[in-house]
Amino acid sequence: MLSKRLINKKPSVVARVALGMLPFIATLIVYMWFSDIRLEANPNDKLMPSFSTMGDTMNRMAFVPSKRSGEYLLLVDTLASLNRLLLGVFISALIGLTFGILNGAIPLMRAKLSPYVTALSLIPPMAILPILFIVFGLGEVSKVMLIVIGITPFLIRDLQARTLELPREQLIKAQTIGANSWQVIVRVILPQIMPRLLVAVRLSLGTAWLFLIAAEAIASTEGLGYRIFLVRRYLSMDVILPYVVWIALLAFLLDWLLRELSSRLYPWFQAQSGDKP
Amino acid sequence: MSYISIKKLWKSYGGNIVLEHVNASVGKGEFITIVGTSGCGKTTFLNMLLGTESASKGEILLEGALIPDEPNEDRGIVFQKYSVFPHLTALQNLMIPKELESAKLLCKVFGAKRKTIAAVAREMLAMVGLEQAADRYPHELSGGMQQRLAIAQALMKRPKILLLDEPFGALDPGIRKDMHKLILDIWKKTQINVFMITHDIKEGFHLGTRLWVFDKVRHDPDAPNAYGATITYDIPLGKCDAQIYNEIDTSLEQSRKELDILETTL
Repeated sequence: MLSKRLINKKPSVVARVALGMLPFIATLIVYMWFSDIRLEANPNDKLMPSFSTMGDTMNRMAFVPSKRSGEYLLLVDTLASLNRLLLGVFISALIGLTFGILNGAIPLMRAKLSPYVTALSLIPPMAILPILFIVFGLGEVSKVMLIVIGITPFLIRDLQARTLELPREQLIKAQTIGANSWQVIVRVILPQIMPRLLVAVRLSLGTAWLFLIAAEAIASTEGLGYRIFLVRRYLSMDVILPYVVWIALLAFLLDWLLRELSSRLYPWFQAQSGDKP
Repeated sequence: MSYISIKKLWKSYGGNIVLEHVNASVGKGEFITIVGTSGCGKTTFLNMLLGTESASKGEILLEGALIPDEPNEDRGIVFQKYSVFPHLTALQNLMIPKELESAKLLCKVFGAKRKTIAAVAREMLAMVGLEQAADRYPHELSGGMQQRLAIAQALMKRPKILLLDEPFGALDPGIRKDMHKLILDIWKKTQINVFMITHDIKEGFHLGTRLWVFDKVRHDPDAPNAYGATITYDIPLGKCDAQIYNEIDTSLEQSRKELDILETTL
């Protein structure tokens, strides 16, 4: 039998799932192995807690009210973080969409704003975090603002580029069927940019999480990032590790939701761009 | 007076002269096919009719008035591709012209008015043979069906001129024949002025009432861009014979050679 080239070999569905799971399982096994070795040497080792310890701790965090405040900590942290993240991303998406489309569609706007946005996007957002704390105080606003400042320039620039990428033929066609500038934007550009906005938001979610955790680590009283940095003082890896996994899971779910939303609302887009997971 | 008159039209980009001395006058309802080698300025000429490019010198008059230098409802266009909106179904693609007309701010219409517009759009879909595909998106249509939709869309606002930029260039020969029949039917029904660019001389002879050949009259082998193209043949069709066909074919040979040289040097 002739063997195909490596680049032409495709795994079956079962093989693909198995191959995809393999690194996860390998990681777990390696962790358990090292954890066992360490715990055998020192049962009080905090660096690599066993899965049962982490399970107990998370059970307490999730389902037992806190002694101090009577709150379910995992729930409170998750809601606080998601609230900040979603608010920040939503505001950024709105600004990004508006200015991305205006910059892309209207040369007069682009000439004025584009260099400004480029310059702004070069400022590292973390460098101005102190300014945000000074101006907006240590409350929710400064944390949301950090996310907004962190991802909006990327969204504007990306959506501007996507708008400019729309075939010129379509804009001309719209004009020949009587569309004015506003109508071209509302009926031709906006609906075609919406699915591209979802793609851009998915790409920027990782960055949004980064800024969220950073802001929470510095000044906060609840939130996933706050908790991780709080228990760091006690070397509580049994809290930190499950929290990190939980954050990754939330991030994955958000990404999946946005992808589903896109394919439900914009079936033509999936076909046009090829399904990019 | 002629319907469209083109007077001493020139177009140049910097030192590159694309078109020179283009003079013509077109009567109402003429179907003009335009042939020529690639890069000879056919598309530039069409873009000037469309209004996306303006003349360097000279003018184009439509019913005695200067043709506006931005696209409008007077001139419908069908490109080789990207002519229809990918985010709208076939029916929505034909509804949007009327929707824009009656909803300047909202850009969408609802209720009874929407039904009227949909009915008109369905009629048009039936005329181009797409009634079965009303709710399909363009990516679910074949290339020929997409071009039918594009032609129908371009006609929704009853333009004075229909511009076709190699509309069938990407289609199979069999489908192309169907499209020829469609476009001739439409032209006979509406008596609209058509300008159609094609790279297929046979198509040009078969379709139009008048054939224009764009080519360079003067050649400078050292500076291929020093002279522009103009209309070298203006043939009323119906009277043509094989001799003219061969003559045009040989006359274009020189430009083709030059193009080959350009391409090989590039």
